[in-house]
Amino acid sequence: MKVRVHVSLKPGVLDPQGRAIQHALEGLGFDGVRDVRAGRMIELDVADETTDAALDSMCRQLLANMVIENYRIEKVG
Amino acid sequence: MAVRAAVITFPGSNCDRDMAVAIEQVVGAPALRVWHGDTALPDRVDFIALPGGFSYGDYLRSGAMAARSPIMRAVVDAAGRGVPVLGVCNGFQVLTEAGLLPGALMRNAGMNFICRTAALKVENAGSLFTSAYRAGEDIRIPVAHHDGNYFADAETLDRLEGEGRVAFRYIEACNGSQRNIAGVLSENGRVLGMMPHPERAIDAAHGGVDGRRLFESVVASVVAA
Repeated sequence: MKVRVHVSLKPGVLDPQGRAIQHALEGLGFDGVRDVRAGRMIELDVADETTDAALDSMCRQLLANMVIENYRIEKVG
Repeated sequence: MAVRAAVITFPGSNCDRDMAVAIEQVVGAPALRVWHGDTALPDRVDFIALPGGFSYGDYLRSGAMAARSPIMRAVVDAAGRGVPVLGVCNGFQVLTEAGLLPGALMRNAGMNFICRTAALKVENAGSLFTSAYRAGEDIRIPVAHHDGNYFADAETLDRLEGEGRVAFRYIEACNGSQRNIAGVLSENGRVLGMMPHPERAIDAAHGGVDGRRLFESVVASVVAA
């Protein structure tokens, strides 16, 4: 089973990388980019019987830092 | 009594030797060197130091992989027994990732790697790591980091301040850290994480010796125990 874990900074946490990307886009002449938030996508190939609880636990224990990040699990088949 | 200090080396640590030299100079005995893949600390360890560097290439997040390495279970156990643990720079990042200290260290607000001597204020001179300083004293300690921007939610920050757990603060904004926090203590005051490098300021040849008293404080505490 292929699973994508999308890790993003929590709302309100300053994202220096997103801000730098936003400035770079402005530098390239793209107007109207109001905000950029950078995250991370982690693709896993796990045994089909892997439970949702186990996936959740992987995210909480390692893939995301719950102090600053949220995660979303997407099963892609 | 000789202080038995352990310095942990992770793949990608690069201040482990500096830390060991600093400890040896202050303690008068060599530091015990411990590899990340070890599952146990040497017997009767009095003090554990997690050095700076880029453990596991900063993969995933700074300190994230190191915090889950085999030796860290032993470090967490030792901290639970009250063994003093110091984490400097990447070591601080590892301690937050391991849950021994609150908060997280994010990319510097200005996105740049910062390498210079920083002016710090000693906020708490009552801890076992800071007893040789005076409260409110200004000291100079080098910083060298890309991910030193301390973040915790407002409630946690208020609690840290209220409990005297901010050990050091940058006198001028350095890296975007909330409330200019440079170093934080655990609830029992026996774990300290800090971004500045005290081990790089222990000899006049370093350009300053303000870091030396941190190690002297630890030695005094261990000897008195």
